[in-house]
Amino acid sequence: MESLEEILGRHPFFAGFEAEHGRLVAGCARNVRFAAGQYLFREGDPADEFFLIRHGRVALELVEPGRPPVVFATLGEGEIVGASWLLPPYRWRLAARATELTRAIGIDAACLRGKCEADHHLGYAMMKRFLPILVERLQATRLQLLDVYGKR
Amino acid sequence: MTAPDPFLPQPWRVERRRRELIGAVTLELAPLAGARPDFAPGQFNMLYVFGVGEVAISLSGDAERGTTFVHTLRNVGAVSGALTALQVGASVGVRGPFGRGWPLAEAEGADVLLVAGGLGLAPLRPALYAILARRERYGRVVIMVGSRSPEDILYRRELEHWRRRPDLEVLLTVDHADADWRGHVGVVPALIPHAGLDPAETLALVCGPEVMMRFTANALLAAGIRPERIHLSMERNMKCAVGQCGHCQFGPFFVCKDGPVLRYDRIGTILAVPEI
Amino acid sequence: MDALPTTTTAAVLDRDGLQALIEALAARGFRVLGPLVRDEAIVYDEIAGVADLPAGWTDRQGPGQYRLERRDDQALFGFAAAPQSWKRFLHPPVETLWRVRQGEGGLLFSTAAEATPRYAFLGVRACDLHAIAIQDRVLCEGDYRDDAYARRRRGAFIVALNCSEAGDTCFCVSMGSGPKAAGAFDLALTELLDERRHEFLVEVGSAAGGEVLASLPQRAALDADRAAAAAVVERTAGRMGRQLDTAGLQALLQDNPEHPRWDEVAERCLSCANCTMVCPTCFCTTVEDHSDLAGGSAERVRLWDSCFTLDFSYIHGGSVRQTDKGRYRQWMTHKLSTWFDQFGSSGCVGCGRCITWCPVGIDITEEAAAIRATPHVQGGSHGES
Repeated sequence: MESLEEILGRHPFFAGFEAEHGRLVAGCARNVRFAAGQYLFREGDPADEFFLIRHGRVALELVEPGRPPVVFATLGEGEIVGASWLLPPYRWRLAARATELTRAIGIDAACLRGKCEADHHLGYAMMKRFLPILVERLQATRLQLLDVYGKR
Repeated sequence: MTAPDPFLPQPWRVERRRRELIGAVTLELAPLAGARPDFAPGQFNMLYVFGVGEVAISLSGDAERGTTFVHTLRNVGAVSGALTALQVGASVGVRGPFGRGWPLAEAEGADVLLVAGGLGLAPLRPALYAILARRERYGRVVIMVGSRSPEDILYRRELEHWRRRPDLEVLLTVDHADADWRGHVGVVPALIPHAGLDPAETLALVCGPEVMMRFTANALLAAGIRPERIHLSMERNMKCAVGQCGHCQFGPFFVCKDGPVLRYDRIGTILAVPEI
Repeated sequence: MDALPTTTTAAVLDRDGLQALIEALAARGFRVLGPLVRDEAIVYDEIAGVADLPAGWTDRQGPGQYRLERRDDQALFGFAAAPQSWKRFLHPPVETLWRVRQGEGGLLFSTAAEATPRYAFLGVRACDLHAIAIQDRVLCEGDYRDDAYARRRRGAFIVALNCSEAGDTCFCVSMGSGPKAAGAFDLALTELLDERRHEFLVEVGSAAGGEVLASLPQRAALDADRAAAAAVVERTAGRMGRQLDTAGLQALLQDNPEHPRWDEVAERCLSCANCTMVCPTCFCTTVEDHSDLAGGSAERVRLWDSCFTLDFSYIHGGSVRQTDKGRYRQWMTHKLSTWFDQFGSSGCVGCGRCITWCPVGIDITEEAAAIRATPHVQGGSHGES
């Protein structure tokens, strides 16, 4: 049986992470498993845990009244799910649903926030990994916003 | 060059017409006289509708098979609207083929990544046919297709068929979907970092709306692919198709004769400059 | 046009000799076109003889200004570039390309085969001679050829003119295109006019030119005549109204697409397209498809177009160049910079027409100098920010 620390170390998100930092993060982590159709979280829930996908696929959804949920992104192996745990009020602003059997590592948000606060080196290392992902998603959202394939 | 006079259309006839998507059709054209000229994947024709006008449409059929010109186009204006409304048996004027197509000879020995956005799959399809006809000459072949929604995926049945081939990786993504869609949701450049591309070996062929191509090129560069190995198929206003009317100028290039396929290292600096 | 003879032969014609030249060209079946005064301007049109030429007229040109004035002498070519160049004859503003009928079996296309006019141009200045060579490269020397242009061009007899006047908007010396005619002409004239004489040194540039010259009343050119002609050209070269520093201009303009000067000039530019209409090298065209009322036949007509129109860059969704800034930048960058990439030379011959005929007097030499004065070269070779 692999340790959580080893599993985390192999996840692309933590590639090259210092061993000491890896140990600190692993202390907040747990293995999780979602069946197809199961929600990782729903809009409005407390954002108390975020996820590193090991296998499977997760759809990010928004609900509009009178129509089925709209999926605006899917995430797969090696990607992370959730950013709202980083900033108050720590509530999810969208829903995340496994579209197939999904295995992930869940990381306790309050635990990690506390460790980052206590060890700013860890906090900075986390920030350097999170920010590029957020920027990339922001850029993808801009492209989506343009609706480039529509008849404009 | 089909005719000694590059400005004079030749009469062709609509042999088949297939509705592809809302507002988009595929026309198969046969010459009234003579044989179909040879064309290279990535080239285009000028199609003329009697009394309406002429428009540039890329070739989207198999360059090595058949006796027709295949064009997939969307109704976005007077001429394309008239073309999409043509029925079997209608006569059209054809000039072409024109332009420089995809660098398929250069791609031999390389991994080939084809990235299509929306109807941008149409000009890429002849490249894929050519690659599959000589599959052993190429390394890994990956095709990424971005569409607006699952209902807007062009050539969907053919894509499903290709997806079953063991020697071809087909990745479909849509900008948004309902919960029934099992595939990727997100923009096509977002697929690139996760495709496991070998940047030193990969040559990329990209066609789609210009903004989508810019984002895609940036993702390819971020993945380590060299600028001179990224090829984009550009769109500009085309009137003469032979570099003599000036309409399709794009910096130092005439898209009609220097392109439509242009290398990123030559156009990267002007691609993001507004109004070039 | 046949090859240049290895040594330039020359002779001297007087006014009667010039008359004989016009008649000889007409006798050989040419439509002889030359300068004449019409609508208070010098225009190029059909001439019957020397009497039609603008004797004693000159022009005063400046940014946004053009005015004919009387000279103190009876010079026949004592003016600078006329509003229109010879482009309107070789690359006409309106030309039917083809016609089409709806036949039983489908569309029937036919070329609008019109008889090719045989033009003789009298008084083609060095700038315009360069402009013709530039249009040859665009329309004939690529992978595709405009056959109708090529036929008109091949059939044309060119009598070049070494300029004896430089206008206030002339800068051919900067562009290396004048004021001495060089290149493909059949004959070249230099007007020699002083208190003692009114003659023309004629140099031969082709076998056809030599043949025509041989048929004219003339006298042999002396070294003194050649020296006098050289002095005329030298004096003109020293009187250029403008200059344009072309060193590094190709890269300078392409490297400065966001220079603030483009915004500044866009404040003045009216996007009226005058500069492109008078430019002797601007080749852009559009096409119109007309059908008859019964709908049985149609034709395609090609018309001069301009990159200053909004429609010019239209792709579905809108025009690529929406602003005056984008359009002026396209025109000037093309003319002085990207033309090199496309055709191996500048697209500007320094004739100054775009300056004279700009209603607000925008001066291409001044615009280029302004960008040179404060280049804001952008960094990075790949725009990924």
